[in-house]
This record gives sequence, C-alpha cells and structure tokens, in this order.
Amino acid sequence: MRAPRTPNHRARPDRWHVAWKGLGISFFDEMTGQGGDVRSPYRDYSDWFGREDAARIQRKAQQAEGFFRTTGITFNVYGEDEADERLIPFDVVPRIISASEWRRLSRGIEQRVRALNAFLHDIYHRQEILRAGRVPVDLISRNEAFLPMMMGMDPPGGVYTHISGIDIVRTGADEYYVLEDNARTPSGVSYMLENRETMLQMFPELFAKISVREVSDYPLNLLKSLAACAPPACGGTPTVAVLTPGIHNSAYFEHSFLADQMGAELVEGHDLRVVDGRVAMRTTQGYTPIDVLYRRVDDDFLDPLNFRPDSMLGVPGIWDVYRAGGITIANAPGTGIADDKALYSYMPDIIEFYTGEKALLPNVPTWRCSEPEHLREVLDRLPELVVKEVHGSGGYGMLVGPAASKKEIAAFRAKLEANPRNYIAQPTLSLSTVPIFTKAGLTPRHVDLRPFVLMSPQGIRITPGGLTRVAMSKGSLVVNSSQGGGTKDTWVLED
Amino acid sequence: MLGKTAGSLYWMARYLERSENNARLIDAGFRIALTRSSTARSEWRSVLVTAGQDSAFRQAHGEDYTSQRVVDFLLRDPANPSSILSVVKRARDNARTARTYLTREVWEAVNTSWMTLGALLKRQVREDDLPDVLAAIRQQSAQVVGAFSGTMLRNDGYNFARLGTFLERADNTARILDVKYYLLLPSVAHIGSSIDNVQWETILRSVSAHRAYHWLYGAEISALKIAEFLILYKQMPRSLAFCCDQMNDNLGLLQRSYNEETEAVQMGTAICRDRLSRPIQSIFDGGLHEFITDFLRANAALARQIERDYRFVE
Repeated sequence: MRAPRTPNHRARPDRWHVAWKGLGISFFDEMTGQGGDVRSPYRDYSDWFGREDAARIQRKAQQAEGFFRTTGITFNVYGEDEADERLIPFDVVPRIISASEWRRLSRGIEQRVRALNAFLHDIYHRQEILRAGRVPVDLISRNEAFLPMMMGMDPPGGVYTHISGIDIVRTGADEYYVLEDNARTPSGVSYMLENRETMLQMFPELFAKISVREVSDYPLNLLKSLAACAPPACGGTPTVAVLTPGIHNSAYFEHSFLADQMGAELVEGHDLRVVDGRVAMRTTQGYTPIDVLYRRVDDDFLDPLNFRPDSMLGVPGIWDVYRAGGITIANAPGTGIADDKALYSYMPDIIEFYTGEKALLPNVPTWRCSEPEHLREVLDRLPELVVKEVHGSGGYGMLVGPAASKKEIAAFRAKLEANPRNYIAQPTLSLSTVPIFTKAGLTPRHVDLRPFVLMSPQGIRITPGGLTRVAMSKGSLVVNSSQGGGTKDTWVLED
Repeated sequence: MLGKTAGSLYWMARYLERSENNARLIDAGFRIALTRSSTARSEWRSVLVTAGQDSAFRQAHGEDYTSQRVVDFLLRDPANPSSILSVVKRARDNARTARTYLTREVWEAVNTSWMTLGALLKRQVREDDLPDVLAAIRQQSAQVVGAFSGTMLRNDGYNFARLGTFLERADNTARILDVKYYLLLPSVAHIGSSIDNVQWETILRSVSAHRAYHWLYGAEISALKIAEFLILYKQMPRSLAFCCDQMNDNLGLLQRSYNEETEAVQMGTAICRDRLSRPIQSIFDGGLHEFITDFLRANAALARQIERDYRFVE
C-alpha cells in the first residue's frame, strides 16, 4: 500500500498501527500502563481507593448526579425537545497527570496557541504563509469561516484567540497527539470547574492527602485576560460582558456560569444597541457602554447589518464599532478558520513557519480527501479509518470505520465520493483509557483532554489540566457529550 | 443591572406567586365541589374565571366543568399555557435568564421546584392524591420564598422581584373579589344563612385567611368585614392595602438607589392614596364592583409603567 504524500511527512498515516479492540490490540491505560502496576501519578489515589468502601463511593456518585441536576448543569441536545435537558454523566475517578507530564504538554500547547494567533494575524494581513506556498490558498479562500472584512484589521492587543481549547489524546506512556484546535468558541470549561467543585465536596479528604493544582481561578484569569484586551475607546476599568444566544442554547449553563463567576453581565443581542459609537447594554437606568464582549455566538450572527440579515442574536452595527476601536470582540471574528480540519493537517508547518521550531506536540496524521491520491487510499481503507467533516464538530457526521456496519460504511462511501473536499480521514487512534467507577469496580474507558488556554498581551495562561471527556460505553472511542460521553475531574499534581 | 434581568426577576416572582395562588384556588374549589356537588360546576367555572383561564378552558374542553377536567387543566394540561406546570416552567426560564443575579440557594430552590412538580404532574392527578400534590406545590413555593428572603442581597434586583410578587398578589386578590363580589353585596337576601357561610369561607380560603379572619373578627362572618379584611386590612399579607404598601416600599427603595423619580413611583403612591385610604363603607357606597374593576385597571397600568420605566424591554 502506497503512503499518501502529505506535507506532514514526520507522521505519515502508514506508520500508524491501527488499533481496535476487536483486532486484539491493547490500549495504554493511564492508571496501569499496559495492565501492569499502578503508574506513579495514580499511586496515592489507588491506595486511598483500595481502602475505601465501594458502597460509599457508589453513594457519593449518586449524590453527585443529584448535585448536577439541582445546580442545573445540564445541556440541551439539538433537535430534541427543548424541555429535554440532559446531564452529562460524571465519573468520580479522577484523571491524573503528573507534574512533568503537564510541563511537557503545556509547553506544546503554548507553542501551538502562539502559532495559531500569529497565523491568524498573518492571514488577515500580509498572508506571508500563503505567498511562501506552505499552506494552499484555497484552504483560506474556500474556508467558510474566513472573513474578508477582517483583512487589515488590528484587534485590540493583537489578540485573536483570547480563549482556545486544544484537544489532546494520548496513545502511550510518552505519546500525545493534538486531535483538534478549537479557536472559535471552545466550550466545556464550566464542567472542568464544577467537576472539581463536586469532587471537593464529595471527597475532601483526598485533596488533603494529595496535592492537586487549583483550577478555580480560571474565571478571574479570564476576566483579567479579557480586560487586558480593552479597546482604545475604553476610558477606565473595562466593562466586560458575556454574549449568549439565550437560555435555549445548549451551552447556556456555561455562559451564565462564567458571567456569574466573573461578575460580568450576561447579555443577549436584544439587550444591546449602538449608542454614540459604542456598543451599549440596556440597563434599568439607560444604556451603558461595554468595552469587551466575550461572545458565545458565531461570527455569522454577530451583526445582522454586516453578516446574516436574518439573525436575531447579534447587534446591528457592532461591526462598525469594532473596526473603529470601540469594542473588543473575543474571540476575534474570523478566528474560526483555525478550527477547519483540513487546515489542521497543516499545523506542523504553521507552527514551524511562525515559531521557527518543530511542533512539540505532534498532529494526528491526516488524509485530505480533497487530494485524489489521499481520497483513493481513504476509500480503500474506509473500514479502519475515522472520517470527519472538515467543518464538523461535536462528533456529528463522522464515521468511525471499525465501529460501523457494512451498510453504514457503504452509505458514507457515497457521501465521501460525492463531496470529497468536505472530509478528512485519520487512523483510528488507540486512545488511552482511564478507569471509571462502575458497580463491578474499576473499568477502563477511553478519554481525551481539552485544556483551556487564555491569551492576552500579558501572555498565555493555561489552566492546569482541563476537561477530560470519557466515552462511557465499553470500547467506544466517541467522547462527545452529544453522543453520550461523560466527564471526569482532571488532576495535575504539584511537583 | 440589565433591564432584561430586572424583567426576568420580576416575572420569575410573578409566575411563582401565580402558581401558589392557583394552587390555593384549586384547593378552595375542590373543597366546595366536595361538599356541595350541586353547585360544583359553577364553582369550577368561577375558579377558572378568577384564574383568567376560562376562555382557554372552553376552547379546549367546551362546557365540561367537571372536577377532574378543570383540576387537570389548571394543574398540568399541555393545552393550557397558564397551568401550574407551565407557569413554574416559565418561572424557571426567567430564573435561568437572571441566573447571574440569583444566589445559588434561590436558583436551586426554583430549579428543584420545577423538577419536583414536573415529576408530580407527569400524569393526571387522582382525586385522592390532590391534597398531597397541592401541599407539595405550596411547600416548594415556601422553599423558594425562604431562600429568597434568607440569601438575596437587598439591592435593585431584590426590589424588582418583590414588585412582581406584590403586583401579582394584588391582582389575584382583586380577581377573587371581582368574581365573588356579588356574595359580598349587602343587598343579597340570605345574609348569615349557612349557604353563604360556605361561600364566604371559600373566599377566605382562597387567600389562606380563614383562620386569620376568625382570630381577628371572631365567629361573625359578614360581607362588610370580609371585604374590609381583603381590601383594607394592612396586617393581612394578601390584602390589597398590604400589597400596595409593599410595592410602594420597593418603588421607594428603587427611587433612592437610582436617584430618579419615575412615573411608576407616582402611580404607586396614587393607588394607595386615592383608592385604599378610606373606610370600607365608602367603598361600598361607591359600588364594590366599580371599585374592584378600577383597582384591577390601575394595578395593570402600574405593571406596564414599571416595565417601561425600568426598561425591561426595548
């Protein structure tokens, strides 16, 4: 079988072992390695667990569910009845990362986010990387998230990616890969915070015994980071507000949670209007200007005058205020090009181009179905690959070859042949496992990790750990909450 | 604070008050339907009229004023946007919108209330379970009120929520009087007959005041005294005078913290001064029904003015 020519030759797909339980290949378990002794980060936890009464943990796990429900940490599933609010399953066994593992990860994440921001600045200015031929022009020109209106525009502080989430998977003791970059509007940080809060309430003694790095300062760091990007028009302490599409949005809980924790107003489009060249919110005493808008609505919906005219979620004229330096929009409009999965495959080159260094965290090797040779190989090997839409998210519209039936594969093949440009393919990764607590005891389940990264002119700040998502059913590799995935508290140990 | 948030706190409180009031109306209606089956249908109809849901009911169920049908409509009928279940859902939606202004305790009480009632009202409630269900509704409501008074900052948001509570309550008490005013007219022939005692007790029960009334006035039930009790008696927390005093207190606090005199403040003061500062006899002399109609209109106008003055909507 011929390997496709990828610019990312350091990690060609054919060098990957395709792993699937059915093929008899074992997975790396973060607690026990390949099924041996307990690895050192888990030792203290494992000692504690061994002495605990399983019934007590079971009881605590049920309490946790009640706690999530009364707190309202629920999400709506698109396409279902709005009244149907679901809980994301929470598992009480933490995912534990050692101090040295985290140092390595955070260096790689920081490098990546720096490169992403530099890339966005370049794309919306001189486009050196396109002129150098390192990234094909049509990946930008055909990218739905590309905003020509951002050309030549300087966002306050030079920051595009105020908040990003870099999805990471682990495949071995020493093997990490970046699976996805989320620079548009990464979500999930409220689960990271509430998971820790829940663990602290359920098992306070654990935290007395084991030194785990804090995550609870995230909201304040977010506030500081956003305030540090105040626009030129801001005359004093910056006023920060969170823009939400409203209570029916699947991430509404997170929007209100973050606004609450930051002490910022939670606004919707109809609370805002342009007054005297500023974006202002309607208060009980009249209109007050906003300096920094942490928006959780997509670019398309920001400004019905300049983008989608049918949008009710945005603010007519906000774009003009933005251009005139009257407001900071976080993340900057047009940032979503970085979420494109076809562009993702060029990330190692992008990192090298802007930092002069090799990527510290490798990409998952990726076939771009837009290229005929790649497509041919993908079609040949469909049953063993994962195929994703380039603009997809949330685990929708993807094929997990080894888990799919013959019929599903045939149907997907037709879609792929009809519109190859819309897809990329990757080997089915042997995602690491972490045990979850079940009635039968500890059982391994596949996980990924989404660390949250804040960027401001003052620097990059990564909250230790992030959100660990876990596939709750046996053998499943899909961790997305919309597909039944759960979450775990993520511990980064102190040195 | 955001005008929208102020509006959400206000409506959250109105809907919570409404659900509690409707539970009380059902309770009173149920009692009279049990004891006097001959007039049960007209009783249920007047409960629906009081709750402002009669035309919606007739649209869905015609003239089928049976206990089972009416109770189900008021409690949980999906065809009824004002059922207790829908109203509690709307209260919760408003609480979610104003989530950043609520303490964790208040939010959890509202959310728990929605979850508990959702489970209780999943299926049609059997008649013998009705008292328990109504008790649960009252209890949930008490928990929200307790969390609210125990944990909320006394700031503008608090005042908006309280305004919602008392506007809704005044409206409810006035509607009860509006539907039953004829029972209180002095011209009614059989004053003091046992039949009317039952009716009067029902009025008092629908504002949870039958015990308080007897504490205050002894065993004698008279139309004049009931009217005085519900309209003018300031120590009675569901009387029009009490509600108006509270509204004016809250409007005054808003005026002080915002340092601006609004139209709403003046209207609130005027309601108290012109309508409620007079002896009950003068209200009867001017016509009880006219008085109530006028009060309902003034109360609704005040509600609209509050929405405008404090910019709940654009």
